[in-house]
Amino acid sequence: MSEKQKKATAYWKVNLRYLIILLTIWFVGSYGAGILFKEALDTFQVGGFKVGFWFAQQGSIYMFVILIFVYVRLMNKLDKKFGYED
Amino acid sequence: MSVQTWTYILVGVTFTLYIGIAIWSRAGSTKEFYVAGGGVSPWANGMATAADWMSAASFLSMAGIIAFAGYDGSVYLMGWTGGYVLLALLLAPYLRKFGKFTVPDFIGDRYYSKTARIVAVICALIVSFTYVAGQMRGVGVVFSRFLEVDINTGVIIGMVIVLFYAVLGGMKGITYTQVAQYCVLIFAFMVPAIFISIQMTGNPIPQLGMGSTLNDGSGMYLLEKLDGLSAELGFNDYTKGSKSIVDIFAITLALMVGTAGLPHVIVRFFTVKRVRDARKSAGLALLLIAILYTTAPAVAAFAKTNLIKTVSDKKYSEMPVWFKNWEKTGLLTFDDKNQDGKIQYVANKERNELKIDNDIMVLANPEIANLPAWVIALVAAGGLAAALSTAAGLLLVISSSVSHDLIKKVFSPGISDKGELWAARISASIAVVIAGYFGINPPGFVAAVVALAFGLAAASFFPAIVLGIFYKKMNREGAVTGMIVGMLLMLYYMMKFKFGMFGGGTSQEWWFGISPEGFGSVAMIANFIVSILVMRFTPEPPSDVQEIVEDIRIPSGAEEATGH
Repeated sequence: MSEKQKKATAYWKVNLRYLIILLTIWFVGSYGAGILFKEALDTFQVGGFKVGFWFAQQGSIYMFVILIFVYVRLMNKLDKKFGYED
Repeated sequence: MSVQTWTYILVGVTFTLYIGIAIWSRAGSTKEFYVAGGGVSPWANGMATAADWMSAASFLSMAGIIAFAGYDGSVYLMGWTGGYVLLALLLAPYLRKFGKFTVPDFIGDRYYSKTARIVAVICALIVSFTYVAGQMRGVGVVFSRFLEVDINTGVIIGMVIVLFYAVLGGMKGITYTQVAQYCVLIFAFMVPAIFISIQMTGNPIPQLGMGSTLNDGSGMYLLEKLDGLSAELGFNDYTKGSKSIVDIFAITLALMVGTAGLPHVIVRFFTVKRVRDARKSAGLALLLIAILYTTAPAVAAFAKTNLIKTVSDKKYSEMPVWFKNWEKTGLLTFDDKNQDGKIQYVANKERNELKIDNDIMVLANPEIANLPAWVIALVAAGGLAAALSTAAGLLLVISSSVSHDLIKKVFSPGISDKGELWAARISASIAVVIAGYFGINPPGFVAAVVALAFGLAAASFFPAIVLGIFYKKMNREGAVTGMIVGMLLMLYYMMKFKFGMFGGGTSQEWWFGISPEGFGSVAMIANFIVSILVMRFTPEPPSDVQEIVEDIRIPSGAEEATGH
């Protein structure tokens, strides 16, 4: 494998690791909290919101926005580290 | 000033603005027509994507659907936002690096096959046409209610406006009008929401107002009150819903994956300069979308509470003006079954006397809450902005599918840039006319077909694109069979359970208890499995294609989008 190829493979591996971690959080925060464990979380209440209901109609959306910006930051750093930024 | 005068003023001003922008940013080449020249800033692209995405359905119908479905409505909230995470993480950066004009471009090149390209074009056309018909209808409804013109005249006015700036400006014109439309629609959505939130809870932020106590001296939480009112009238608790967990899960997944696979959304990420801009603008787009999407459930809760308080068990003769106005449109009907002169709004279908169309909740909400005339007019202008911006984005996908993917890439490769630009304009014009026709004569199954559009996008494009990027060995045979199987399976299920073909079927007979709306997720999984199985038994892709895959994984050196 050439140096160039090795670098590309290393970069791709880190990228995949980020993806797995972020998509796991994505799944837990929406399908988990908002659907699968909604009933259980609804036994807790914060202000006027039952927690599971809040995740389904509010929390999951905030989380999605944050996840994308975390990914943007992580990848910009990674691009710099590997010299792939334009 | 009356609501109608205000509406004329606001709609007039915003339409002039859109036309002005279209003239200023008209397209001179195919590159400007398809991808706005490729130099759109992340913020502008974020706003344009948000306006592109938020359709008449998001602006007009969604809060209404949630108001009547309660927790079950969450599938739209999560489904239509969570897809952006998939888009930003799995698709947008790589497709931008790939650097072509359209989604079928990617499918055709990555799978080195004209068949794959044509299958992709067909999917893109079906998805976009179903969608655009709904937008034109939305334009018609707004016009007919607020400017008191005929629905058909409304549709035709909308057609002329969209025709003007989509045909003249192409992607470039659309992008900058969408930026303006985003500003109009978000302002129009937020102003009444804030007013009502203050009115009902004293909290100016609707997202918090939804979880606050009511202003009416009862000291009860809004949602608690709403749960109570719903139970009293025999409905499910607002925060509980009635769909099964499996179905909620499947619908949310199908909508998310469908969102990420919709060509008119994906194509927006071809317009930015660099790969990092594609990631960033996906984040900005979702941020801008989230403003509306987190407000909508609050609006839904406010509107439902207000509605029940205003109508339930009240005398018909004492109903406010808005009630009579909406009765005229036929979107709200009252039938005094027990002849007591009062309105019984209850879950029991035999005794219920009031029917309210989902679509009027957002439009009627400011009137129900007695807000000033200019706010009501603003909502009309916002609804038009939402419908027009989405329609324009879809028309562009349709015209580029025809002029670029079919004419240039399949039938007449020798066509000049100028000839292709004309072909694009002509196909956009024809598409507007067809869309207008469906707007005026809506097929009875519009709502069903929109669900089909998401299901199809989920079942066809998403697996093909994801595998194309993340699985280097995925080949032509696998991807094409996968797309065809996914699409046919989705169509079959939809026809069987929605339209009663192939013997029809009841909800008890749904596979795995999943409704047709959620079946896109099953069809998507089938696509993935079939693709991988077929790939195992067929030759691997040529080495130059594998090099393309290596190349799109590296963000640097993204060239400007080209068609060659």
